Amino acid sequence: MVLKLSDLKTDVHNDWCPGCGDFGIEAGLKMALTELPIDINKLVLFSGIGCSGKIVHFTNASGVHTLHGRVLPFAQGAKLANPDLEVIAIGGDGDGLGIGVGHFVHAGRRNIDMTYIIHDNGVYGLTKGQASPTLHLGMQTKSLPMPNINTNVDPIMLALASGFTFIARTYAYNTKHLKETVKKAVAHKGFALVDILQPCPTYNDINTKEWYGGEDRIDPATKKPTPRPYELEGTGYDGRITPMMSEDDVEKKMSQIIEKSREWGDKIPIGVFYQNETIPTYGDRIKARIPNYLEVPPSGQQLARPDGTSPVNLASLSKQLLFERLVLAQ
Amino acid sequence: MTGGPQGSGVDSSANIFAGACAIGGLWTFGLREYYSSIKGPHSYFEVRVNSERIRSHVNNVNLLATFDAETLIRHADEVNPGGGILYDPSFSAVEIDKVDTIETPAVLRIKARLAKQGLPATVAGILDEAKRRNVNLYPIPYSDIIAKTAAQIGEHQLSKVSRIINVLSVSASFALLGFDLNYLDQSLERTFGGKKKVIEMNEIGARMAYDTAKGLTKQPFPYQVKPVQNQSRLLLMGNEAVALGKIVGGCRVQTYYPITPAADESEFIESHENFDLSDGGEPGKKGSILVTQTEDEIAAITMATGAALTGVRAATSTSGPGFSLMVEGLGWAGINEVPVVITQYSRGGPSTGQPTRHEQGDLKFVLSASHGEFPRIVLCSGDLEECFYDAIRIFNYAERYQMPAIHLIDKSLANSSATIPQLRSDMVPIQRGKLINDGHQSEGKGEYHRFAFSDDGVSPRAVLGMPGYRFWNSGDEHDTIGHIEEDPDNRIKMMTKRMTKLETAAHEIPEEEKFNFFRSSKKQADVTLVSWGSTKGPILDAIRMLEKEGIGVEFLQIRLASPFPTESVREKLAGAKLAIDIEQNYSGQMAAVIAEKTMIDIKNKIVKFNGRPMSQDEIYQGVKQIISNPSQNKRVMLTHGA
Repeated sequence: MVLKLSDLKTDVHNDWCPGCGDFGIEAGLKMALTELPIDINKLVLFSGIGCSGKIVHFTNASGVHTLHGRVLPFAQGAKLANPDLEVIAIGGDGDGLGIGVGHFVHAGRRNIDMTYIIHDNGVYGLTKGQASPTLHLGMQTKSLPMPNINTNVDPIMLALASGFTFIARTYAYNTKHLKETVKKAVAHKGFALVDILQPCPTYNDINTKEWYGGEDRIDPATKKPTPRPYELEGTGYDGRITPMMSEDDVEKKMSQIIEKSREWGDKIPIGVFYQNETIPTYGDRIKARIPNYLEVPPSGQQLARPDGTSPVNLASLSKQLLFERLVLAQ
Repeated sequence: MTGGPQGSGVDSSANIFAGACAIGGLWTFGLREYYSSIKGPHSYFEVRVNSERIRSHVNNVNLLATFDAETLIRHADEVNPGGGILYDPSFSAVEIDKVDTIETPAVLRIKARLAKQGLPATVAGILDEAKRRNVNLYPIPYSDIIAKTAAQIGEHQLSKVSRIINVLSVSASFALLGFDLNYLDQSLERTFGGKKKVIEMNEIGARMAYDTAKGLTKQPFPYQVKPVQNQSRLLLMGNEAVALGKIVGGCRVQTYYPITPAADESEFIESHENFDLSDGGEPGKKGSILVTQTEDEIAAITMATGAALTGVRAATSTSGPGFSLMVEGLGWAGINEVPVVITQYSRGGPSTGQPTRHEQGDLKFVLSASHGEFPRIVLCSGDLEECFYDAIRIFNYAERYQMPAIHLIDKSLANSSATIPQLRSDMVPIQRGKLINDGHQSEGKGEYHRFAFSDDGVSPRAVLGMPGYRFWNSGDEHDTIGHIEEDPDNRIKMMTKRMTKLETAAHEIPEEEKFNFFRSSKKQADVTLVSWGSTKGPILDAIRMLEKEGIGVEFLQIRLASPFPTESVREKLAGAKLAIDIEQNYSGQMAAVIAEKTMIDIKNKIVKFNGRPMSQDEIYQGVKQIISNPSQNKRVMLTHGA
């Protein structure tokens, strides 16, 4: 059955602020879902806490609105227990790079086949605009009493260092690019990050829609604004690592990714920075130890016979005890 | 008792010893004490064997098998008169001051004791002291035996052979105890499996040590161990009993972050992640359990909860400090009615506390952890069999009542080894409560209400990925579908629904699963003991001693701490002539819970919080002390243990 956009709508009242980047993200995500070969029954959205976390209630697919910063372990647990699920985790920048940054790093190390979307607006909106981990040093957004005293975390660099195998950035109001990027992330075999730049019209009065749109940078020739985000896809940039690549080529690629991630300000690259399917997913790694993991995953196992008794062969298990030795023969 | 530096084979010697006795049909109980370090500091292991079932350790031992000076210095005074000490004569000259792994207070204590008797502060002094107390001394020149063994197997590197020293001490012990070496051989074979060379080396050394010790016994050693005919049994540790219970009970995802004394359980499960099924259908079919080590305990509980949402039985395992981190996840599972199981092995707290030592200090914490109110199951096991069967039951409770369930165990159970009757996989049937089967139709037409209201508070439960059963969860208060809802009436209904489940559980769980009540042989008991957890073993052993003296003792062992069996506890205590609360904590936490629930204040208490488990002797003495003057409200603090 082909999924239509209207299928993904719920009756829940949407209370995001007018002009919020979340709307762009919601629209792009839902468009991507309708264009992907996804069984809606197998789709689960997990979200963290914050404005972005409410997205699951606005989307008509099973949705798990978790704890602040913990969206990744919840989502990974579900995917590990049932690898047939299509799992998409969604959270804010404070959720994933502040309180939950430990989980961000370790999720990268595992490389579970799922997608992680970050709503990246530089502020904690729902608590009235405090500085989030992606806000740059010295910036003073609307509700900050003093300029930001910390340097920012770069999600692209952190993801690269943590072992993510798909790292992309897109922009909330470039819906087409957002949609295509999410589609690539979901199709990727491994853990995929999509960092989505978005304005917070209420609290981030610096990185506004107008700022991203370059309305302060009118091209003298065309008299049109010059947007800050530019698409990597059109530049010949290719962040893919392929199986046949030499070590030298891989090193060169990595340097290029780091270089690209450093660009900010008047030119902000969006697109796929890095993709590497040569690294086995966590599922592949489990399969090497538990050969029937994918055929009979944890959630697919028969736990009891019809009469309620356990099908586990305890005698055989006892024989393998560390103190098997101590199981008496008699 | 045996002891030595951590990492020197103390555990394996004790296990080989206990294993040989178990093969000989005897009941065994083993207590392991160790420091929070990897190599070097002193650890010791007490093994008790008997033809009757025993469930605890005792204060003093009959035989001390040492293979280092420190063990002699620390433990020689714990040997009963008439008992024996095995030691290497080369230790005699060692000065107590020079053994830098003994804490200064202990050194001062021991030196003062020896000085009082005019003895030198050396191992020789320790040995003289023992001799004066009529303890038999058996010098075994271990290094000679190791050298001879090396020569016999043609091994030039002595260091490769010196590891057998622990087995030599076991073998010499059996020589004194008159126990057939054949059992030691069997135990060695089971321990070292296919390693032929290791077995050979150990057996050669063992024969020499056996003969040396035999040659030293002019009179037979007063304590003799004889094999008996018995039914098949298991010898295992608490960690393993829980692990086996989880696998049998259908746990298929276990998450953990390394912590003492819980991590052994997860490692055990991981090393048995593929296991045989015997469902008759497909022979040799394998089941599996996925063990994931997480970045912290917050991830451990939330990952297990995410897994549980897919319908799998999922658990995490930790100790107090880890549970402290899990609390926010516990609340989420509570408000979302997720059956997730937490196995909590309590240890000495607060903070890092005494990481390798025993304490029952977390009862009130696990009962009330989290902000806000929500129902939870708390089940406390008292011995290894309960650890196994409760590990199955706890999943039944979690799924039937759709709430987080805590299996509260402690360090003493985790690390005690004992022989127990064979475990059965069909004793506790698996009950999954209102889990929707794939075949069922959705409640209502088209829309599934995960949190639908019902009389018993429990809603039909679908899992993620089930066609036709889309649902939402939220840590926010929610409506029946799972969407955020702040309406006051909805709040009242949802809170009431969740709390009703606890009443349902209290009503449905049979009394025999909530507590054990051991009657006195006398019609009217003189004393009613109340306790929970691992004190069960030493209490039952102490009761045997007290009843022999004509003191009638009954014992109420509380197992289900939430929902609490209020009426039954009130009834048992109302008829008590003299009630005594026994707990391994400072304040008597269960007594406080009992007071809160039943308004009955148990005034006499026996407590212990020095990090070492209670022995049967201590409980025996403590009870005697209280009944000698029952009019006073006594708090007896126990102190035994090195």
